[in-house]
Amino acid sequence: MALDKSHSDVVFQAKDLRISAFREDGAELPIVKGVDFKVRRGEVVALIGESGSGKTTISLSSLGYCKPGLEFSGGEAILLGNDVTKMTTDELRPSRGVNVAYLAQSAAATFNPSITINEQVTEAPVLHGTKTQAEANQKALALYRALELPDPENIGKRYPHQVSGGQLQRLMAAMALCGDPSLLVLDEPTTALDVTTQIEVLKAFKHVIKEEGAAAIYVTHDLAVVAQIADHIVVLYNGEVKEAGPTEIIINRPQHPYTKRLMAAIKPLPEPGQSDGNSDHMDDTPALEVYGVDAGYGKKSDGQPAVKVLRDINISIDKGRTVGIIGESGCGKSTLARVMAGLLPASSGETVLNGQTLPRALQQRSRDQLRQVQFVYQMADTALNPRQRIIDILSRPMEFYKQLNGKTKRAAVEELLGLVELPPQFAERYPHELSGGQKQRVNLARALAAKPDVVLCDEVTSALDTIVGANVIELLTRLQKETGVSFVFISHDLSTVASFADEIVVLYAGRVAEQGPTDQVLAPPYHPYTKLLIGSVPETRVGWLEEASQTREAKSGAAGAVQLAEVGCAFTKRCPIAIMGTCDRIDPPRRLDAQGHIIECHRELAEL
Amino acid sequence: MWSLILKRIGVGLVTVVAVSFIIFAGTKILPGDAAQIQLGQNATVENLAAMRAEMGLDKPYLIQYFTWAGNFITGDLGSSLASDVPLTQLIADRYQNTVMVAVLTALIGVPISLLMGILAAMFPGSAYDRVLTFVSVSLVASPEFLTATLLVLLFVLGMGIGTAVVVGSTEGKGFFSLISHFALPITTLSFVIASQLIRMSRAAVLNVMSSPYIEMAILKGVPRHRIIFRHALLNSIGPIVNVVALNLAYLVTGVIVVEVYFGYPGLATLIVQGVQSRDFVMVQGLGMIFCLTYVILMLIADVAAYASNPRLRHPK
Repeated sequence: MALDKSHSDVVFQAKDLRISAFREDGAELPIVKGVDFKVRRGEVVALIGESGSGKTTISLSSLGYCKPGLEFSGGEAILLGNDVTKMTTDELRPSRGVNVAYLAQSAAATFNPSITINEQVTEAPVLHGTKTQAEANQKALALYRALELPDPENIGKRYPHQVSGGQLQRLMAAMALCGDPSLLVLDEPTTALDVTTQIEVLKAFKHVIKEEGAAAIYVTHDLAVVAQIADHIVVLYNGEVKEAGPTEIIINRPQHPYTKRLMAAIKPLPEPGQSDGNSDHMDDTPALEVYGVDAGYGKKSDGQPAVKVLRDINISIDKGRTVGIIGESGCGKSTLARVMAGLLPASSGETVLNGQTLPRALQQRSRDQLRQVQFVYQMADTALNPRQRIIDILSRPMEFYKQLNGKTKRAAVEELLGLVELPPQFAERYPHELSGGQKQRVNLARALAAKPDVVLCDEVTSALDTIVGANVIELLTRLQKETGVSFVFISHDLSTVASFADEIVVLYAGRVAEQGPTDQVLAPPYHPYTKLLIGSVPETRVGWLEEASQTREAKSGAAGAVQLAEVGCAFTKRCPIAIMGTCDRIDPPRRLDAQGHIIECHRELAEL
Repeated sequence: MWSLILKRIGVGLVTVVAVSFIIFAGTKILPGDAAQIQLGQNATVENLAAMRAEMGLDKPYLIQYFTWAGNFITGDLGSSLASDVPLTQLIADRYQNTVMVAVLTALIGVPISLLMGILAAMFPGSAYDRVLTFVSVSLVASPEFLTATLLVLLFVLGMGIGTAVVVGSTEGKGFFSLISHFALPITTLSFVIASQLIRMSRAAVLNVMSSPYIEMAILKGVPRHRIIFRHALLNSIGPIVNVVALNLAYLVTGVIVVEVYFGYPGLATLIVQGVQSRDFVMVQGLGMIFCLTYVILMLIADVAAYASNPRLRHPK
């Protein structure tokens, strides 16, 4: 590895880089179509674009690596003076992990579950002989400290499942930095995280990148994140560079129409006054209500769950309205949806559908009751049977609930596809022939096939890109107007919920922290947890991260992860205004104001 | 994890009890009983009644079951009906042969097969992988007597090495002379278990090879052999130990064809003889021993799989 330092301070350069997929019949399918950009020492360059834009493929080229099925088909990828596209795996190996290091999207999947963290963190430099085990351990310890990980002396002795998701994401940064790489490749490293965790991780990344003086390629579809961390932005679409330049300029004065579209798709910050807010459906009985619901997993001898996840949940959803349920992962959002659907029978409380009390368990509900409540899962990829055509996927619920015959089946499926804005020819396709957004539409159409009264949407836009996700929300709004269906919309993304829901329920550790009409929840008085969530939603402007991480809420909110509490308020440990001796011992009272806005807190409404 | 192991032992015990019921009931359903067989042609009505009283066969089935099970637990398997020799003594001679062949086969066949399977997973689609797939499928398709015959043709008749019939005592022989003593049975059995072990270890390792953490190891510049032996293998132990345990159990209980072919006395031949001579006591006793072998080996496999899972070994 001859380092050509005299030449320039360019760490990595793509020159007319081309990468293609080769099908089994030999046909070439270009994925990356001649991309040029440079990464200089100490600089963070962001590659942004939707899925399918080739951003991950381009970033991996800096390691000389192509995903199985892809090949370099032209141009150069020059890392420290060497064109890595022309090198063999054996020639590349010494450089990987030492000259250039990779951080993947999901740390949980990227850490080997059977090997201790420290061995994985120190593996690359020790293996390549650039550090002894002792030196690598020392470096790792310094990184654990810099990344503000708890118990830095001992965290390396643990196995990956023994630390939290946000910690693991930071540990992956330590793994990448342990070999003192000249170039870091970060592939959507915060996309899977809660907003509150994202702030912590972003802050840690930014800090160590500056401290280590490394250059970085940052791959993401989230412009707000880019604004916090990148010096330069390269906008990609369909394997081509559409626009490139300094972050300030791209964010504030985008030139290319595609960049403008990306900027336009950024969700507005969660503020009151976004939902249409008309409340003229109030005369009917609500579509779905839950009263005093407790639920959990496992079973104790007295019939109560061993781990009680949900406590005393009361929600009422009017016909043709949307209730948004929000909270970090582990707060019981999906558990609540499972209770409503009957997948997890509640241990106490009632679920009422159109004024009729539903049996708690799915097995005891009648076919018509089942039809009225439908579920849409987060991952359309795994929810759709890969071996069934779309027509079979969509006609199955119609046959089950409505005894549809063969002739009308085709017409009904095409009508459904029309409803979710997909062409009728899609009926003959298999799920893998559809894009992520199209699959999510089919997923939604399957739920609508039963003509339900209530659809439970569990993080349906979380796995989608900004633009595609915005389109799905638009579709949901239109469907609601046309069919009068009610939605329970579960999300950890407050911006999406704010733009779409009529009512918001903020869950923390299985209890309602705050609940009420959207405009009320997003305006003071706030529950301290709601305030933390609102303050953590990234803004698309340079410098936001530094300001946001200095607020009182962010400082105390970073203290821990979601933990269930048997007595008292579960949020006590992360609350900046907790009253010790009260909050941790006594369950918080339910404070209700005139507009039906509920906050569960020991503090008076006037204090919040 | 300990509670999991205790639970697993409990399940094993329940299995043993259930199988003992089935074995006991099975011998009762068949026409005739031990007294009839013992007396043979001399069975008059009075003789039979006296014999039954003596053997306890006139008591209710439940009491008979508990007497039999209780004796089994204390190590008294009863006496063979055919020869009136204590069963423990009959088994002892045979057990030595069977266990010796099983252990030697396991020591030689299992590591070689696993290594071959793992190597195939290292280079999927390579010429080596294809040839190995072809050979292992052919081996699993050919019956034991054919494999044994071909081996005898090749080595004994063709090259003049070894003997087609295993005779003589194994006493006082060292490891290597034992191997040469049982060379052909061991080779035949190794071929039989190899195909399954090769295919399973290859599949288990390949399954892990598509995980994101393997891609991460590639991107960290970890060489291929270390990826396989440090990163992939640890995560594929579960399925592999289960197949190994099943094959070991087969080696102890199911090698009748090989025992008969090479003419050495073993347990599988003994149970067939027991069935032929309607020796209920022997069938019951051996049935229970085979059941225990399976249950214990599967228990070991499951505990090994638990121990290889860091989530169970180191809870949060």
